[in-house]
Amino acid sequence: IVFQGEGCRTVPLSGHVGFDSLPDQLVNKSVNHGFCFNILCVGETGLGKSTLMDTLFNTKFEGDPASHSQPGVQLKSSTYDLQESNVNLKLTIVSTVGFGDQINKEDSYKPIVEFIDAQFEAYLQEELKIKRVLHNYHDTRIHACLYFIAPTGHSLKSLDLVTMKKLDSKVNIIPIIAKSDAISKSELTKFKIKITSELVSNGVQIYQFPTDDESVAEINGTMNAHLPFAVIGSTEELKIGNKMMKARQYPWGTVQVENEVHCDFVKLREMLIRVNMEDLREQTHTRHYELYRRCKLEEMGFKDTDPDSKPFSLQETYEAKRNEFLGELQKKEEAMRQMFVQRVKEKEAELKEAEKELHEKFDRLKKLHQDEKKKLEDKKKSLDDEVNAFKQRKTAAELLQSQAQQAGGSQTLKRDKERKK
Amino acid sequence: PHAGPVESKNEAAMSELVPEPQQKPIVPMKPTGINASLLGYIGIDTIIEQMRKKTMKTGFDFNIMVVGQSGLGKSTLVNTLFKSQVSRKSSGWNREEKIPKTVEIKAIGHVIEEGGVKMKLTVIDTPGFGDQINNENCWEPIEKYINEQYEKFLKEEVNIARKKRIPDTRVHCCLYFISPTGHSLRPLDLEFMKHLSKVVNIIPVIAKADTMTLEEKTEFKQRVRKELEVNGIEFYPQKEFDEDLEDKTENDKIRQESMPFAVVGSDKEYQVNGKRVLGRKTPWGIIEVENLNHCEFALLRDFVIRTHLQDLKEVTHNIHYETYRAKRLNGNGGLPHMTIETEENHESNL
Repeated sequence: IVFQGEGCRTVPLSGHVGFDSLPDQLVNKSVNHGFCFNILCVGETGLGKSTLMDTLFNTKFEGDPASHSQPGVQLKSSTYDLQESNVNLKLTIVSTVGFGDQINKEDSYKPIVEFIDAQFEAYLQEELKIKRVLHNYHDTRIHACLYFIAPTGHSLKSLDLVTMKKLDSKVNIIPIIAKSDAISKSELTKFKIKITSELVSNGVQIYQFPTDDESVAEINGTMNAHLPFAVIGSTEELKIGNKMMKARQYPWGTVQVENEVHCDFVKLREMLIRVNMEDLREQTHTRHYELYRRCKLEEMGFKDTDPDSKPFSLQETYEAKRNEFLGELQKKEEAMRQMFVQRVKEKEAELKEAEKELHEKFDRLKKLHQDEKKKLEDKKKSLDDEVNAFKQRKTAAELLQSQAQQAGGSQTLKRDKERKK
Repeated sequence: PHAGPVESKNEAAMSELVPEPQQKPIVPMKPTGINASLLGYIGIDTIIEQMRKKTMKTGFDFNIMVVGQSGLGKSTLVNTLFKSQVSRKSSGWNREEKIPKTVEIKAIGHVIEEGGVKMKLTVIDTPGFGDQINNENCWEPIEKYINEQYEKFLKEEVNIARKKRIPDTRVHCCLYFISPTGHSLRPLDLEFMKHLSKVVNIIPVIAKADTMTLEEKTEFKQRVRKELEVNGIEFYPQKEFDEDLEDKTENDKIRQESMPFAVVGSDKEYQVNGKRVLGRKTPWGIIEVENLNHCEFALLRDFVIRTHLQDLKEVTHNIHYETYRAKRLNGNGGLPHMTIETEENHESNL
């Protein structure tokens, strides 16, 4: 096989060929196929996540507001089919439920990380299958994570920092300040600066809108400077002037959602949907997913530079290792079960011993008690005998005495008679 | 009897053994398609523009192979298709060079640009095919080459640390040149197409169609179509890969009426009726290549480049490549053990 020049030279065309229709051909195929977009909303209960999604997509998604009494953090996922012109979008919105409500929030980030990883894992599994259908696969990987920051006006909460740090290598994070109508303009500027500096000093990597394509470089560059976006959500429409607009009415005035002076909602919509949706999907696939895949495979013991490994048997080796891993887990589980059974047996034996001892003790004491009782009874008996004997002697003695008196009396009479004689 | 202190020791021991019940990780949910009614413009249709911009930036690869006996006008046709000197013959190889004793595979890459769209076009020539006295198994080097490209791609795909964009050298389209005998297909034609239609998209073309009259052309095409059908050869666009009714109707028309395209190639221009046209000058007239009354070149060009280019790539990637991959991962499934020729080997072949 002979190749000519890896650095191919450009040749001129002498006429119209027609492959400039290639992007259209590709786009048409994609349109026929449909698109997927998956958004994850992370934020404390009550920060307006559902309302913001409703506002962004001009519709009322189903669902009831969550309570504050969740025992742990859970993720709720719903998928919707949206259509606009000829574009069919499969939109999945995942929201945290109960985030920030627990007393101990150390593990709050875990379900979120697990969910994101589970989507990567599902894709990886499909990719590693022998018979796979990647081009028809419903991609559930999270393309954008909107992190809702509470409008305290001061700084980020430590929960926010910890969670974002755990997520920044797994997903594109776009931090937003929720319910920002609670903060005044001047406070907002200070708040944004504080948040940005805290993110930087803690090494949290948030998503940067791409500036390499000239057509969007300028707008993306400007928007990057406005992060985190201060948003307000509302699905209520109020008449302002002669138009119906999405707004929130307060006694002191009306906040218009789509007024860029009032909040950054329009900026968020522009960036998230109208300018960078495709880039978000691409970054998820080429950066975050690749990182997950690499780590997962390395964890399982694969190396690219292993001279013995035949690359194409990655699939078999992966399956084998996975089974091995699961087998080991099972063995461990068995071992633990055995140990548990063993310990229970031991404890049971101990208890039995103790019981036996107690019984013995009880028996001993009982015997002692019986012996004592017998002794006492014997003593009592002998005492009774003595008393009886004594009584007998007493009655005998009394009898003798009374006889003696009679005899003495008669003897006295006799002596008296003799005297008289 | 009261067990006392022994009982609490038991509890402590148990909690060492049994881990706290963890929340099960959330499994990806099946989508529930709920149609949300829209109340206003969201802007999700801008994704089309976003996608178009992205693809224009990354550019495209296209690899086309030409197979046929020498002298059938393969190189000229490719040059005509892409309106530029992209074939092997134009890139420095000697025109008088001898016909090789075995089938060789020669790939030339060029970058062409049109309307802001950059395409890396690779033309793969197969000199020596069908030119020997004994042409048994002469398709084997070609099949081997095609499989090697799949293997290259697979190796890259299976790496732990993968390239952002895997270079695609897989053959997206194979133009098979049929000699315009006017009778029927040759046994070599049938053998080649039978073997290769399973691994690559084959588009049969009738070469040098200016040697047939219109009636001869129509009859020949019918016979060729019949023979291909009888032999179970599925050429591109394959029936089983039609995605929807629209595709099927469009492709049926092409399969049953237009193909195989009877073409004439030329890179010379002549003046006809005040216009400059690509053509072949003969004593009896000028054959205009892009004139649909004269030959079907324009149909071929539109088919391959203007409407089905992306589809050729997708069928190669989603179907032919996947088939290869599945066979390979199932433990060599009948494929001969192969070694990939590295760049070093390339140099030595020169």
